[in-house]
Amino acid sequence: MSHKRRSGNAGKRRAQAPVFAALGDATRLSLVARLSVGPPCSISRLTGGSRLTRQAITKHLRVLERAGIVHSVRTGREKRFAFDPRPMEEIKQYLDLVSEQWDQTLTRLKSFVEN
Amino acid sequence: MSDRIEKRIELKAPVSRVWRALTDYREFGEWFRVKLDGPFVPGEVSRGHITHPGYEHVKWEAVVQKMEPERLFSFTWHPYSVDPKTDYSKETPTLVEFKLEKTAAGTLVLLTESGFDQIPAGRRLEAFRRNDGGWTEQMKNIESYVAQTP
Repeated sequence: MSHKRRSGNAGKRRAQAPVFAALGDATRLSLVARLSVGPPCSISRLTGGSRLTRQAITKHLRVLERAGIVHSVRTGREKRFAFDPRPMEEIKQYLDLVSEQWDQTLTRLKSFVEN
Repeated sequence: MSDRIEKRIELKAPVSRVWRALTDYREFGEWFRVKLDGPFVPGEVSRGHITHPGYEHVKWEAVVQKMEPERLFSFTWHPYSVDPKTDYSKETPTLVEFKLEKTAAGTLVLLTESGFDQIPAGRRLEAFRRNDGGWTEQMKNIESYVAQTP
C-alpha cells in the first residue's frame, strides 16, 4: 500500500479538504456508502450501475481521497478504492469531546445561577 | 454528518439572572473557569486565561459578536486552542451562541456551537490526542466540584 496518510504533506492536503465538505455531496455520500460496506472497488465497478461518467466518478473519488475518506490500492494494473473510516471517527470523537465539555460547562452554569 | 453541537438546559432562575451570569465578565469567569481582563463588548476581543486546574497556561481569546439583552449572547473562538506554540488566529473560528427563553420554571438556555467543518482535520485529531486522558481526569474534577457546590 502506498498511501501516506500520516505524513505532513497528507495532513496538509486533508486540512485543505475538510471531511465535512467531502461528505456534503449526494454522489460522494453514495460512493462512501458503497465502499464502506464492501471490498475495494475499481472505477469501472463504481461507474457501472451509476448514471455518472467515469470522469465524474474519478473526480468525486479524488475529493474523497484528499479528505482521507478513501484511499487507493493498486493491484496489478488496476487501481481500487477502499474506505477509510478514520477521518470520520476522528470527527465524531472530536465532536463528542466538545459536546461533553459543554455538558459540564452548562452544569456549572446551572449550579451557579440556581444558588 | 452534523458540523454543530446543540444543547438545551433549563435553569431555575429568571432570565435576568441568567443573562447576568452569561454577560458579566466576572460572573462568566466563575462558572466558565476563566479570568477575563475586562467586560464583554460586541465586536471586541475578549482576553484572559483559563483558571481550570491543569489548564492555567491556556489563554482565553474570543470575539464578542452579539449581545441582545436577555435574548442572545454570542462569540467566536478557537476551541481547544491549548498549544501555546500554535497560531490559531488564521483558522476559521467556531461560533458559540447562547439563546435564552423564558419558561414557567425559569429560563431555557439553547447553546449552539457551529462551524466545525472549518477546523483542519489534523488539528481535530491533535486536540483529541492532547485531551485524551486529561479529559477523563478533568471530568472527575468537575463532577466532584458540582457535587460539593449545590
